[in-house]
Amino acid sequence: MAQEQSYYVPEQSKWPIVATVGLGVTLYGVASIMVNGKQGESTTGAWVMFFIGALIMAYMLFGWFGSVIRESRAGLYSAQMDRSFRWGMGWFIFSEIMFFAAFFGALFYVRVFVVPWLGGEGDKGTTNMLWEGFQASWPLVNNPNPEAYPGPKEVIGPWGLPLINTILLVSSSFTVTVAHHALKAGQRQKLKLWLGATIVLALVFLTLQAQEYVHAYKDLDLTLQSGIYGSTFFMLTGFHGAHVMLGSLMLIVMFVRVSKGHFTGDNHFGFEASAWYWHFVDVVWLGLFVFVYII
Amino acid sequence: MRVHTKRTLPVVAVASLAAPTSVWADWTMNMSPGVTGTSNQIFSLHMTILWICVAIGVVVFGVMFWSIIAHRKSKGHKPANFHENTVVEILWTIIPLAILVAMAIPATATLIDMYDTSEAEVDIKVTGYQWRWQYEYINEDFGFFSSLATPRDQIENRQAKGENYLLEVDKPMKVPVGKKVRLLLTANDVIHSWWVPALGVKKDAIPGFINETWTRIDEPGIYRGQCTELCGKDHGFMPVVVEAVPQEEYDQWVAEQREAAEQERLLTEKDWTMDELMERGEQVYASACASCHQSDGSGSPPAFPALKGSAVATEDRAAHIDIVVNGVSGTAMQAFGSQLSEVELGAVITYERNAWGNNTGEMVTPQDIVDYLSE
Amino acid sequence: MSAVAESHSQEHHHGPASGITRWLLTTNHKDIGTMYLIFSFAMFLLGGSMAMVIRAELFQPGLQIVQPEFFNQMTTMHGLIMVFGAVMPAFVGLANWMLPLMIGAPDMALPRMNNWSFWLLPCAFLILVSTLFMQGGAPNFGWTFYAPLSTTYGPPSTTFFIFAIHIMGVSSIMGAINVIATILNLRAPGMTLMKMPLFVWTWLITAFLLIAVMPVLAGVVTMMLMDINFGTSFFDASGGGDPVLFQHVFWFFGHPEVYIMILPAFGVISHIVSTFSRKPLFGYASMVYAVGAIALLSFVVWAHHMFTVGIPLTGQLFFMYATMLIAVPTGVKVFNWVATMFRGSLTFEAPMLFAVAFIILFTIGGFSGLMLAIAPADFQYHDTYFVVAHFHYVLVPGAIFGIFAAAYYWLPKWTGHMYDEILAKTHFWLSFVGMNLAFFPMHFLGLAGMPRRIPDYALQFADFNMVSSIGAFLFGATQLLFLFIVVKCVRGGEKAPAKPWEGAEGLEWTVPSPAPYHTFSTPPEVK
Ligand code: HEA
Ligand code: HEA
Ligand code: HEC
Ligand code: CUA
Ligand SMILES: [Cu+2]
Repeated sequence: MAQEQSYYVPEQSKWPIVATVGLGVTLYGVASIMVNGKQGESTTGAWVMFFIGALIMAYMLFGWFGSVIRESRAGLYSAQMDRSFRWGMGWFIFSEIMFFAAFFGALFYVRVFVVPWLGGEGDKGTTNMLWEGFQASWPLVNNPNPEAYPGPKEVIGPWGLPLINTILLVSSSFTVTVAHHALKAGQRQKLKLWLGATIVLALVFLTLQAQEYVHAYKDLDLTLQSGIYGSTFFMLTGFHGAHVMLGSLMLIVMFVRVSKGHFTGDNHFGFEASAWYWHFVDVVWLGLFVFVYII
Repeated sequence: MRVHTKRTLPVVAVASLAAPTSVWADWTMNMSPGVTGTSNQIFSLHMTILWICVAIGVVVFGVMFWSIIAHRKSKGHKPANFHENTVVEILWTIIPLAILVAMAIPATATLIDMYDTSEAEVDIKVTGYQWRWQYEYINEDFGFFSSLATPRDQIENRQAKGENYLLEVDKPMKVPVGKKVRLLLTANDVIHSWWVPALGVKKDAIPGFINETWTRIDEPGIYRGQCTELCGKDHGFMPVVVEAVPQEEYDQWVAEQREAAEQERLLTEKDWTMDELMERGEQVYASACASCHQSDGSGSPPAFPALKGSAVATEDRAAHIDIVVNGVSGTAMQAFGSQLSEVELGAVITYERNAWGNNTGEMVTPQDIVDYLSE
Repeated sequence: MSAVAESHSQEHHHGPASGITRWLLTTNHKDIGTMYLIFSFAMFLLGGSMAMVIRAELFQPGLQIVQPEFFNQMTTMHGLIMVFGAVMPAFVGLANWMLPLMIGAPDMALPRMNNWSFWLLPCAFLILVSTLFMQGGAPNFGWTFYAPLSTTYGPPSTTFFIFAIHIMGVSSIMGAINVIATILNLRAPGMTLMKMPLFVWTWLITAFLLIAVMPVLAGVVTMMLMDINFGTSFFDASGGGDPVLFQHVFWFFGHPEVYIMILPAFGVISHIVSTFSRKPLFGYASMVYAVGAIALLSFVVWAHHMFTVGIPLTGQLFFMYATMLIAVPTGVKVFNWVATMFRGSLTFEAPMLFAVAFIILFTIGGFSGLMLAIAPADFQYHDTYFVVAHFHYVLVPGAIFGIFAAAYYWLPKWTGHMYDEILAKTHFWLSFVGMNLAFFPMHFLGLAGMPRRIPDYALQFADFNMVSSIGAFLFGATQLLFLFIVVKCVRGGEKAPAKPWEGAEGLEWTVPSPAPYHTFSTPPEVK
């Protein structure tokens, strides 16, 4: 903490503005793809825009993180800076938890209140008048209006792929922790081994998840359009999957950095942040497994 | 007119100073106590809380103004240096809490009462549409739409505004006095909200769900309100009018309505002439379609297409019938098949195909519609 | 601390870079704060101009100036721009400027991210405002964008609106993370939590609220996006969803959001009242606990915006009681302010005038809030101008006056010049009169039965609407005076001493005015 005595001010940086332009162009492109597509207009221009935006974003990510890594390697970060990063990452994960909380909340509300009401039970049971013949059940395979939303033939049971996926993710949380201990103890080879194992587990998880989606769409007619079950199912597992992808990417970057000899036993925040993130992704999955698949 | 009380209460003195008192009748400042038990309960709750707040305000602002006047630097007042006092801090936590509890008790009682929809004598299903209300007397087998009756010319300032400007409809909902009426509220497209201040009833009409509420009106009269949930462009033009009448009058009216519904069904078989269809169609068009497609058929593109000269309305007859009967899902164009009778459907389609220079000369008779529907 | 200290930047005497890159690439909290404040004022003018369109249309019954479709777009954009573009960025700007100065830090904890948080805002609002020029027009479903009006029945521009909200969310979350990291990590030695100035405390809690609820907003707009573009049925009963689900999720964000717009103002007012009473703040500890209590309660009251949607009775009662409880901690704050003034030695410079008006008028807004909290009574108030009156009383003389008070209070520190006191007082009095004239009659309109979000109204509402419009025009025009005062103060004026206010306390007054480009490169000691 010697450096705390004397503060200094950061350099100017072009990355934030590049990131803004990148994000803005990407999202404007995505929105245009959706809107033009819906109105039956050409989406070529929108796609071009999207790709340009995505390229700028990629450039920014490499540049920004690259310079952070360089600075960190050059030993420019004080212990205090390190704490700021920790607070930052911690609260960022909290914000992610709240993002998922919104979807879990929606799921609970639908299951506990909406579907029973539509089926004629509870405080707003009179509603069933509008949906004659509709019966509440969960998982919901017969929607109130099957013409607008044909239900799935069947839903995915918990004890097949999802169980395997659970085991994969839970073990990956272990492996990453073992890797972390190895890093702290300065055992490079062990670190690489266990970090590598974590990444493999992550990728297998993603592959299986993709297979499950194909199965759902192809064989079960379980789609985004198949009513509230499909909506909540894909929303939750889909966003989780996206986060797993991001987490895997982080772990892969860490692997590359470890291979390049980055990090020391007491200075490896990048690694720790990725590991935190990975645990978060894991915990969300446990919630999913219980509330989406089992119950 | 809505029933206003003469008891216009000056809510806060400042305001009554600010308000010139020329046309007092229009300077209504307070809630009306209304004409039902519920609305009276709400009114007294409202007044109670209001006066409690005024009293707290007088005390708090009193102390404040005292300090402002007496403890100024310009008067040479020297600052004291205290900065806490546990006793007062506890007091001003406990006392407001007690006041709140005192408010909560009558509020709870009123709320429980408002939620009790049991033992109703009349059931009416109220459905919100963009932008009118449908009332179905579910035990009596008839129903009708109730749309804004104020002419466009008044709204667009081409004509002097009438007494009940924007608060008048072609057919009000009628209920018998002194009977508990249960309302089953729902909506066809977006969320609407059914509100009549004098009854103390406001409840959202939510598509796909039914909300229950009730009212019992003791005084015969006409009570006016409006849709209070933003529901699109004509949200401001979607009044609610309730007419409470004595039981005998109500019974007679019900009989008439059932008779008329029967007549309407018979009309389907009648041989319609072009002129009759056009005349009827114009009425239907004005009440059901003009809010979007405009009375001259010009619409307001791109949101609402013009029918004047449109391909559908001048050429493809089958598509025209299909659009009007089944709507276009995912757009504001509703399925009118469930809202209008065969006669009305035939008439309005005929009208659209022959008005504003759409001179197809074709007729779509009620029988055509019956045939179309039975396919 | 700090990120990228290349060797030359360790010499602190160097000033800002010149030209446009100073603003585009800056990592300096003062520059970023300034940009936030300028941006927010620009948005205030834009949102205010839309309010002027609304008030002009409502000047008389009948449709005169705009069509209903456009009127709805104005109402929607006005609400969105004021909330997300004017008030929130203004507070973030104040935080950027003042937090490091108040806690003795050299800068914000994550300076580059800070820059990004800012620049995302112009980007988001560019997209939002561009919807006005799209086919089918801008969002027209109210700032609360209830489904299905905003999903199945929304204009095509809704998708752009959703992404604009996402970007604003990213900006707010990162801004808030930065605030928390700064406060928790960069305080000068000796500044314990319970010694932090109240503005710092209120912002710490506000930042927590932001991180907790902005993601929920992102979640709900994402569900909308899916319903609109990918055929899900979250808000459609035919697929087993519920439009009311939208409202629950939205208000879980929405209610804490309204406290996000007021808590930092509470902090500002606490400083100003104490300074101009020349007396320490009464009940510092209870002030802190009260803010904490308000923040916690704010998570369990959301359904008070939905009393009429048909929530089961027990839910209704729970949300009514919880909402009423918020009056207790808020009352504690009001009483503490009054007790601070009591037996002080008061003077009434512009910041104090705004602060006193804040206390009075915010309390009136709080009272009407309490009335709304009484569920049975809310059946009559809901979606009428009574609600509009309520929230403009807490937002305009609350949030906006709080911001004005802060601006006058700290302008000498920012610019090194005193502002023109006479003009500032004129600004205050015209604002005060205009604002009350504009919004007080709305209480009467609401009670007499005028629904909100309507472009035309029944004849019995004509007179008060006219009064209200006149007040609104007066209030609006007065804000140009504020612009003038600030510009004048930036360009010159009487030199301000390090501590221009006799009774002021805090680290920010220990540095010269204007505050040097880099402050506290060695942390001050706090006793
Ligand atoms: C800064 C913003 C802000 C703040 C601080 C508040 C504060 C409060 N609000 Fe408000 N509110 C809004 C912004 C805000 N609100 C907005 C924008 C809307 C409308 C959204 C929309 O629909 O578009 C709204 C709507 C709204 C509703 C929904 C109305 C409806 O749509 O039907 C309700 C209902 O309960 C409510 C209640 C309250 C309460 C109880 C408080 C309390 O926090 C107030 C507490 C303060 C006091 C009570 C005064 C001081 C206390 C004392 C002096 C102590 C003693 C007092 C007593 C014991 C009475 N608000
Ligand atoms: C912080 C938030 C904030 C602020 C500061 C304001 C400020 C103002 N608001 Fe707003 N308002 C909201 C938040 C806010 N509002 C919200 C959330 C809604 C709900 C939206 C919804 O229903 O979805 C709303 C809705 C709302 C309505 C109801 C609309 C409806 O229901 O249809 C009205 C009506 O009068 C109104 C008026 C005003 C006025 C006159 C001001 C004035 O204070 C504005 C004054 C400022 C200026 C005028 C700008 C400065 C001056 C110039 C640019 C110079 C040019 C000026 C002239 C031509 C005179 N507001
Ligand atoms: C709430 C608004 C609304 C009302 C009321 C309404 N329409 Fe429409 N109408 C629309 C919209 C929106 C479309 C465009 C649908 C689309 O996108 O294809 C439309 C399309 C049509 C079309 C097809 C026009 C074309 O050229 O494609 C016809 C015909 C039509 N409406 C007839 C009617 C009739 C008859 C009525 C009354 C009985 C009516 N509409 C009432 C909104 C409305
Ligand atoms: Cu229907 Cu508003
Ligand atoms: Cu609220």
